[in-house]
Amino acid sequence: MTVTSVQTPRRAGRGSRPPAALVVVAAALAAVLLVPLGYVVSVVLDVGWDALEPLIFRPRVGELLVNTVALVLLGVPLTVLLGVGGAWLVERTTLPARRFWAVVLVAPLAIPAFVSSYGWASAVPSIHGLSGGLLVSVLAYYPLVYLPAMAAIRGLDPALEESARSLGLGSWAVFGRVVLPQLRLAILGGGLIVALHLLAEYGAFAFIRFDTFTTAIVVQYQSTFAGPAAGALGVVLSVLCLTLLVAEAGARGRARYARVGSGAARAAVPQRLGAFTPLALLGLAALGVAAVAVPLASVVRWLARGDGWAQPELPSALTQTVLLAGGGALAAVLVALPLAWLTARHPGPLARLFEGTSYVAASLPAIIVALALVTVTLRVLPGLYQTAFTVVLAYVMIFLPRALVPLRSGIAQAPVALEEMARSLGNPPLVARLRVTLPLLVPSLAAGAALVGLGAANELTATLLLAPTGTRTLATQFWSQASAIDYPAAAPYAVLLILLSVPAVALMFVQSRRWGAR
Amino acid sequence: MTTLSLTGVAKSFGRVEVLRDVSLTVPAGTRTAVVGASGSGKSTLLRLIAGFERADSGSIGLGGTVLAAPGRFVAAHRRGIGYVAQDGALFPHLTVEQNVRFGLPRRRRDPVRVREVMELASLDPELAGRYPHQLSGGQQQRVALARALAPRPAVVLLDEPFSALDTGLRDQTRQAVIDALEASGVTTVLVTHDHDEALSFGRQIAVISAGRLVQSGAPAAVFDNPVSTEIAAFLGAAIVLPASPTSDGVDCALGRVAVRHDRTGGSEAGARVLLRPAQLGLSPANGTHNAVIEDVRPRGSHAELLLRTAGAAPALIPLRVPAHEGSGYHAGMTVSVTVTGGGVLYPAD
Repeated sequence: MTVTSVQTPRRAGRGSRPPAALVVVAAALAAVLLVPLGYVVSVVLDVGWDALEPLIFRPRVGELLVNTVALVLLGVPLTVLLGVGGAWLVERTTLPARRFWAVVLVAPLAIPAFVSSYGWASAVPSIHGLSGGLLVSVLAYYPLVYLPAMAAIRGLDPALEESARSLGLGSWAVFGRVVLPQLRLAILGGGLIVALHLLAEYGAFAFIRFDTFTTAIVVQYQSTFAGPAAGALGVVLSVLCLTLLVAEAGARGRARYARVGSGAARAAVPQRLGAFTPLALLGLAALGVAAVAVPLASVVRWLARGDGWAQPELPSALTQTVLLAGGGALAAVLVALPLAWLTARHPGPLARLFEGTSYVAASLPAIIVALALVTVTLRVLPGLYQTAFTVVLAYVMIFLPRALVPLRSGIAQAPVALEEMARSLGNPPLVARLRVTLPLLVPSLAAGAALVGLGAANELTATLLLAPTGTRTLATQFWSQASAIDYPAAAPYAVLLILLSVPAVALMFVQSRRWGAR
Repeated sequence: MTTLSLTGVAKSFGRVEVLRDVSLTVPAGTRTAVVGASGSGKSTLLRLIAGFERADSGSIGLGGTVLAAPGRFVAAHRRGIGYVAQDGALFPHLTVEQNVRFGLPRRRRDPVRVREVMELASLDPELAGRYPHQLSGGQQQRVALARALAPRPAVVLLDEPFSALDTGLRDQTRQAVIDALEASGVTTVLVTHDHDEALSFGRQIAVISAGRLVQSGAPAAVFDNPVSTEIAAFLGAAIVLPASPTSDGVDCALGRVAVRHDRTGGSEAGARVLLRPAQLGLSPANGTHNAVIEDVRPRGSHAELLLRTAGAAPALIPLRVPAHEGSGYHAGMTVSVTVTGGGVLYPAD
């Protein structure tokens, strides 16, 4: 053994051996989170390949595969184009009224995709098929690329672009060779989320009669319950999702994208749009009209035509939505806390494994999670079948990363030194965490809860399958009225869903801007 | 007031040995500075004393209490040892007053003690309601000290608390902290990589290098008689010249020099003599000379001269003179260098 100088000795807690109780809790949570994947595997094992093969290799599955893959292959690049282009215009050019356009670009997130689809289907009844599916989904989901791209662009060091210019590169070359590579992680991450949403979306495509694996599974479920045909489609869909997850992880590469220099980066000088200004304004206005104005105008139109607000189910739907979504948010934060703590304070292979399970579970569409929980509750825990507990559990499985990511980041940013300081002042470790770390985590806890709450309030497929009989959420009530072509009755539910979403979207927007400015 | 003692303390992180066989006694009510280069293990030593890390072997005692030893470990919150981190580590969600009273038991959270320690740390009472981000770096460090002193700890540990401050603020804050520690009479250990800070901090200095405590003692004694030329250079500007022992001193490039301390252990195999620049006197050559000026660099208040000694084995000597004297010298000029006081003799490399 040699005496060597060590720049940063391992700090207490960080990277050290995790407490056994924390590992046991995290392992138990990870095991529960793996239930949907276990369900997919069990379908293959139970039904057997011989029975599964004809269910998978048939013309109908081929048709669904073509639809779904075409949707992803065309939809993701379009959302990247709109998201990155919009972020670039708003953050790095002399576009007039940039703050206004920044809000317009993120606004579609407050409109659930199925409400947007309802707006378009009622405004243009002929809309259908792949083109219709692409239109409504791209308009609904491009903000999922816009937000990370905006944060990444705000964090770029303009000195790199200036260096490239001084080396003789023109504006387009600088964008292609310097800026775009630095947006790689944001584009890949945003693109993956869009792709998973496209695979999992049900309501938006059902409205315009565009068949994907998810819509087909719901139809199968409604006709044959959790039969082998639904299971077979679920297996293919799960394989598609997991393939995307692995492909995105592989495509990230090993390059470093963080700023290397010290000190704060200067603010970038906006690029002059010049003669392109009217074109950029026209494009953004068209996008705003298509993604926000059309759905909102439809909702307002149907609202004016009927007496939707008089429906007696409205208050109870609102209450049940708040309770279920609030329960989901609280449960997700509680589940995320030990996993995030383990990952941030005791990083290692075990922590990565447990964290990975949450992403695998969340990458599976809600319909698979719902089928898994239907199967498990019926076979193993019949007392939990169609209970609020199971709905909340499904929300946790589907939306856990939304709580895990901000919490992990919050814990990582809460200096261990502060806890040590509290201990040196006479506080036992748990008290030190409660008095020092917990108050610092409040913003992360709130952000995680808000994001999960937003997703849960708008969730449709799992809620339809798992909610106790008689449960009415805003999403299920909206769906029930809209699928019965009673558009005026559906409109108030759409309004409430949008109003409920606005605070969480505003929070996401503010956080993305703040994150990028760091 | 309590004596802190470390005996044979060792610590490794994985396969990297950070501290080896460190023994040190900090007498009650005194201040000790542990000085070493970055990565020498000095911060780890402080963390072991605080109880944030466990030593692999050895023992740490405070008065009659064993804090850490094989089979025994007193948790950080039970040690009664205050800690001031490099950046202050103030709790960002609490005001100055809330930070200062954080370590006081609920029943003792009286405003009198808070005012007392704030005054001790030269903190304006009007700062009590401010949050850490509303304070200057120096104020933050003084709040951190006040917070550490509030529960009346037996020992206070300071982990490079002035290194992040600007030069002017650093001196001012350091003096305020020393005054506060002096007034409180608490046993204190400071770790720093700044030799000036270490030499001026307190009664004892301990030099740590590559995980080993290589020398400790009174600052003047350690500076005067360092155990090696490397430690001598670490503690301040050092001139090391090849030397040949004679009956009444040593002969070196600057002539005959008396020996103040002999660290050769009686070795006959050549030697080196350590001199400090303050011992050298410089004058234009008047007939005889023993050095030539290679370069003159004005540095505002002073000038740096680079001298090349005459003789068969010339050596380069950097020297500082006041600016008004520097203008009288130029490159290529022959000069006479005289040595006052003796040197420290070391074996040859």
